[in-house]
Amino acid sequence: MALIEAKNLRKSYGPIHAVRGVSFSVNRGEVIGFLGPNGAGKSTTMKLLTGHLQPDSGSASIADFDVVQNPIEAKSQLGYSPEGAPAYGEMTVREFLSFVAQLRGLKNSATRVDETLTLCRLTEVASQIIDTLSKGYRMRLGFAQAVIHDPSVLILDEPTDGLDPNQKFEVRRILKEMAARKAVIVSTHILEEIEELCTRIIIIARGEVRCDEPKEVFLQRGQDLNKVFRELTA
Amino acid sequence: MSPSTQAKPRALTAIWAVLRREFSGYFRTPLAYVFLAVFNAFAISLAFFVGNLYEANVANLDRFFLYHPWLWAFLAPAAGARLWAEERKQGTIELILTWPITVWQTALGKFLAAWLFLACALAITTPIAFTVGFLGSPDVGVMVSGYVGSLLCAGACLGVAAIASALTRSQVIAFVTGFLACFALVMMGYGIFDEFLAGAFSPRIVEEVRRLGLWRNLEPFTLGVLDFRPIVYFLSVAFAGLGISTIIIERR
Repeated sequence: MALIEAKNLRKSYGPIHAVRGVSFSVNRGEVIGFLGPNGAGKSTTMKLLTGHLQPDSGSASIADFDVVQNPIEAKSQLGYSPEGAPAYGEMTVREFLSFVAQLRGLKNSATRVDETLTLCRLTEVASQIIDTLSKGYRMRLGFAQAVIHDPSVLILDEPTDGLDPNQKFEVRRILKEMAARKAVIVSTHILEEIEELCTRIIIIARGEVRCDEPKEVFLQRGQDLNKVFRELTA
Repeated sequence: MSPSTQAKPRALTAIWAVLRREFSGYFRTPLAYVFLAVFNAFAISLAFFVGNLYEANVANLDRFFLYHPWLWAFLAPAAGARLWAEERKQGTIELILTWPITVWQTALGKFLAAWLFLACALAITTPIAFTVGFLGSPDVGVMVSGYVGSLLCAGACLGVAAIASALTRSQVIAFVTGFLACFALVMMGYGIFDEFLAGAFSPRIVEEVRRLGLWRNLEPFTLGVLDFRPIVYFLSVAFAGLGISTIIIERR
């Protein structure tokens, strides 16, 4: 059973066709590197998968629940970290995660919060106000709120954006730890990230899927990944 | 990490979580305390210095509640401006829309939190009721119904403010728009505006407009009359505001 299923998704903003018939599916254990130039329809596709936007036509499902027909069930199975890891700046890290745990109706929410703080290496800043966090901690908090309920599907929009090499390493390490049990989509601009993290590559340009293949096949396309990327998205 | 239950969260739990977060959110900044102080100062000053509550020498709170539509028209949009505008500005709207909670449930939690906050502001003014009780022998039932009416009036203004907040990411614009809309509701049935309308329309139309205003609906409460129609009016405005703001967010 595919945990993430996109079927012929289409979405327009007025005259602009942001997504034109995108289809793919993701199984448990797969980590998809979701690539594309800015404005290619990457974020829109993610928003359609997460139920943030409704498609003009086509459908998206999470763990077999249609995102439009059964949004609450679908969203219960989903962890999503939007670009820039937004959070309520005036709360402390622990308060924010407790709020998310409560909103998701988790049992033993206090234990869950502690486990998530440990997993995401956030324990030392648990009592800190979110607005005062460094970028590295902030991104990890975005990740933490997405995994607090141990979802079967994880969608992360540029989770390592703006992090230093050590912080990137840390986020990738956490992601690898949990990837085997989940279906994961990671959008990224960093081509090197593919080699380290992903099992499959999907490249999107002008609202269409240009490439959908296992990492090994993709890497054989050429030595210079930047060049391969440019050719595929031209 | 232990395996997840991934149970479908119950609506009430989710609404309660939002309500608690929003309500405590008010007190995370000094703004809440400024708000409470300003509301209290205005409510009391207007009653004593403009309404001449003391000189009137009558043991009731008519003159205190008389100015409440004005107060709420100004302060409910101030408290309600952050409802959605802040979510848009912080980007957290994207989280809300992808968490397992409906927009309606979020809107309800937020609205109730803001209403509770306004109720706190109103509760702080109760010493004025005790003062009147100390100086004379007022009808307690009338005073209580006045407070109920004022709270309902606050809810109606908050409903209007919720729409304004859903339309923009700027709290300032949300506040100004909300205030202007509430101001219009106060003006309907207010003396000067009434006279202006009377010059152009038939008395029947003027009366109908008056019925749609805040003041006309608050008046029975200050007289101790718990009438069905004003209660329906205030709650309708509040829930219409809630519903419209939900639709705006869903269709963003």
